[in-house]
Amino acid sequence: QEALAKGDVTAQIALQPALKFNGGGHINHTIFWTNLSPNGGGEPKGELLDAIKRDFGSFDKFKEKLTAVSAGVQGSGWGWLGFNKDQGRLQIVACPNQDPLQGTTGLIPLLGIDVWEHAYYLQYKNVRPDYLKAIWNVINWENVSERYMACKK
Amino acid sequence: MLCRAACRKLVPALGSLGSRQKHSLPDLQYDYGALEPYINAQIMQLHHSKHHAAYVNNLNVTEEKYQEALAKGDVTAQIALQPALKFNGGGHINHTIFWTNLSPNGGGEPKGELLDAIKRDFGSFDKFKEKLTAVSAGVQGSGWGWLGFNKDQGRLQIVACPNQDPLQGTTGLIPLLGIDVWEHAYYLQYKNVRPDYLKAIWNVINWENVSERYMACKK
Repeated sequence: QEALAKGDVTAQIALQPALKFNGGGHINHTIFWTNLSPNGGGEPKGELLDAIKRDFGSFDKFKEKLTAVSAGVQGSGWGWLGFNKDQGRLQIVACPNQDPLQGTTGLIPLLGIDVWEHAYYLQYKNVRPDYLKAIWNVINWENVSERYMACKK
Repeated sequence: MLCRAACRKLVPALGSLGSRQKHSLPDLQYDYGALEPYINAQIMQLHHSKHHAAYVNNLNVTEEKYQEALAKGDVTAQIALQPALKFNGGGHINHTIFWTNLSPNGGGEPKGELLDAIKRDFGSFDKFKEKLTAVSAGVQGSGWGWLGFNKDQGRLQIVACPNQDPLQGTTGLIPLLGIDVWEHAYYLQYKNVRPDYLKAIWNVINWENVSERYMACKK
């Protein structure tokens, strides 16, 4: 704000990493908490399930892919199920650190898997795959479906 | 023995048939619990026997594949393997240095030529300590804070590297002292309070080792 008011472009640019890091962190975690639920788990239904089957072949193949992409993040980051509005299809991508999905790729975030070590280390230690196996039990498919329906119009 | 630790590069020996031998996990020169209360035994055990070990294993697998891709002249495959090489190779290099940078007999301040260089390039030992701490604290995501030696300019420099990017391979600076700020390096003990870990680690810095590394590269 101050840098804007002063027209200080150098300062604005110097602040970009902190904006992306903290802004992305806020965006990502706000989505994440809604993606999880004690009543979660199982499989999605309806149009979201249809789209998953169409774009990944089956729910199991989708689950395998998002798990693999999340497991494969080298460092801190997130695995994402996103919606590509231009192509009208679902996509799975990883983002490093707190880079927000939409801001950096244009994809609309539907379901995020946090693979920063702080998300699982106290319970699963270095065994990220065990955390990734467990988290499917608390995925809130209602929320993911709502996000999908909202952006696919 | 100490000189070997400072000067040894990560080059696996050639076997009698000229076949490349594999990289291996180096032993710690102290017990897992030796750095307590500053870094606890559980962290040291997981960090060394799980995290570092995985980098070593995956580095060997990746080098194997890279060898095959070279033999076939498959440039696409070589390039596709680069991230795995940097990640696991860097992880192995970085942690190998790190274990020698720490010691149960560590702490205090360096002496002699290293201390002189620190005063010359940072103003004072305290200012140097403040800067390396700040740079390490400020890493956004996983990475390392480094004290390195710039051979071209003959001066010490503090930089951060992301993920497992190795200092020398990506910046040309010679690594002297690394501070691992991946969450696995401190989370079990310090939780999200990285600054507390950074305060504690100064108690176990092995200045003898850092000095040896400095003397070896400043020639």
